[in-house]
Amino acid sequence: MAAAPRELRPQNAGSAGGSRSSGLDPRRLRREFPIFERNPGLVFLDSGASAQKPRQVIDGIAEFYRSDYANVHRGVYQLSARSTDRFEEAREKVRAFLNAADEREIVFVRGATEALNLVAQSWGPAHLHAGDEVVISDVEHHSNLVPWQMLCRRMGAHLVVAPTDATGEFDLARFEALLSPRTRLVAVTHISNVTGALLPVERIVELARTSRGGDGGALVLIDGCQAVPRLPVDVRALGCDFYAFSGHKAYGPTGTGVLYGRFDALLSMPPWQFGGGMITNVTYKETEFQEPPHRFEAGTPDIAGAVGLAHAIDFIEGLGRAAIREHEAALTGYGVDRLSRIPGVQLVGGGQHRLSILSFNLDGVHPHDVGTVLDQHKIAVRVGHHCAQPLMDKLGIAGTVRASLGVYNDEADIDRLAEAIEACREMFSR
Amino acid sequence: MPGDVFAMSDDLRELYQDIILDHGRHPRNQRALEHPTHLARGHNPLCGDRVTVYLAIEGERIADVSFEGRGCAISTAAASLMTEVLKGKTLDEARALFAQFHATVTGGTPQELPEALQEDAERLEPLEGVKAYPTRVKCATLPWHAFEAALKSGLTGATVKTE
Repeated sequence: MAAAPRELRPQNAGSAGGSRSSGLDPRRLRREFPIFERNPGLVFLDSGASAQKPRQVIDGIAEFYRSDYANVHRGVYQLSARSTDRFEEAREKVRAFLNAADEREIVFVRGATEALNLVAQSWGPAHLHAGDEVVISDVEHHSNLVPWQMLCRRMGAHLVVAPTDATGEFDLARFEALLSPRTRLVAVTHISNVTGALLPVERIVELARTSRGGDGGALVLIDGCQAVPRLPVDVRALGCDFYAFSGHKAYGPTGTGVLYGRFDALLSMPPWQFGGGMITNVTYKETEFQEPPHRFEAGTPDIAGAVGLAHAIDFIEGLGRAAIREHEAALTGYGVDRLSRIPGVQLVGGGQHRLSILSFNLDGVHPHDVGTVLDQHKIAVRVGHHCAQPLMDKLGIAGTVRASLGVYNDEADIDRLAEAIEACREMFSR
Repeated sequence: MPGDVFAMSDDLRELYQDIILDHGRHPRNQRALEHPTHLARGHNPLCGDRVTVYLAIEGERIADVSFEGRGCAISTAAASLMTEVLKGKTLDEARALFAQFHATVTGGTPQELPEALQEDAERLEPLEGVKAYPTRVKCATLPWHAFEAALKSGLTGATVKTE
């Protein structure tokens, strides 16, 4: 299956409905997503929770099951070999997508949550000691918070929270000051799923490395869920030790995800689940384990999921991540502008480099009520605490309404959102 | 397209009718009781709504009832309307009203209510609109679940969660 067809990138950038600068044409792109065909009038602004699936991914999975499916790494028969090839090709595709040095650094998991738990449960007990520190930011999703909280409790280590400032910008100076010789791990998100703030991960890695951070500095893990579908990500340029993302937020199937780990780091980690496919030799007394990544992939993996993820990467690369970023950045700017002109709308600060996520509240109307009214206007948004309760507490709010963007969104969607918010405001002020 | 989608649907009008908006904005009995005999908290972890229900029970009768906490228009209005109908009721009457209300909003079969409670049941009818919004039913029942928990737990301050 080929990458996203060229014609999706029109020559006449700036055509009706298209983004002004990037050359993406969301209205034409929408035709690649069957969900919009089946749900006419749908304005989907919840890609931050999960992106819709392009035909290429849906068909690619079905085609794989029809043509090449068998279990992997097991059979001597041709079909199994072919299935294994497709699965390992997907791994190679992910490696290139992240610009990792070696495909052995790519571990397939069920999603970012599993990736983070893998590191917490495998790397954690092997490397963290009483009195050590794990630093996170204050805009983390619960899945990049609770595993570290539990790990720290278990090991007698401390969880340190680096703050964002009043505008929603990550505070590098405060972060630097919080690093200590006991800092073993820095685990931060690349883009906040609540505020859309793009964190200065390059600087975060540099500071963690050169910090007073222990012997050679702390390791750095980046939660890339919101970044991977919209930013070029180069783990070698970043210099991070771990990078995690979910396939389903990147136009791929649910149940897929990736943990990138620097090979050294992965080698230093024991398996965390045991079963088939991850061993080299088993006796009743002892078991020898495979090298990474297979050491971390016990049991039959989500083979078709990995193949689907490879198609999703083709889709993204066909559009170009630079173009996606440009498109979504322009649309984010348009959205900030449009929403902030609505009386009573309070946008949650996302700093200088907000990308693709707009969280807001409407004065006097609870987010759930806003969500129900928007739903009536066929606008899908997320409402609530977005798995970030400590951040809600800090902001002093119960929750927000969150509109998050994908490649299929355009200015007309934002206009529909704005009009529906106006209608909601009127309804509740009558 | 905006033209037709922006015409407010009947369901939405039903859900957010004036009496709901009024109780949502100006809830009645929203305060702590000074000397409650029973209290419990309701928490909807999904949306973060929290409500505390206070009861002052004398013998078999609810002498006073109030609530604290804020949530969406639906849960606030539901708490407000609940306190209005529960005040002065016997515990059996209160339970019967809850059963009736619960059945109504979840699409169950309401039981036959005694004549004396018909009027109270009618006062709760504005909340029936949540039936069309399955994700919002719990907003309407949260304060009632807290009420029920309070009856069971006295002053130990139980927390019920709905999700």
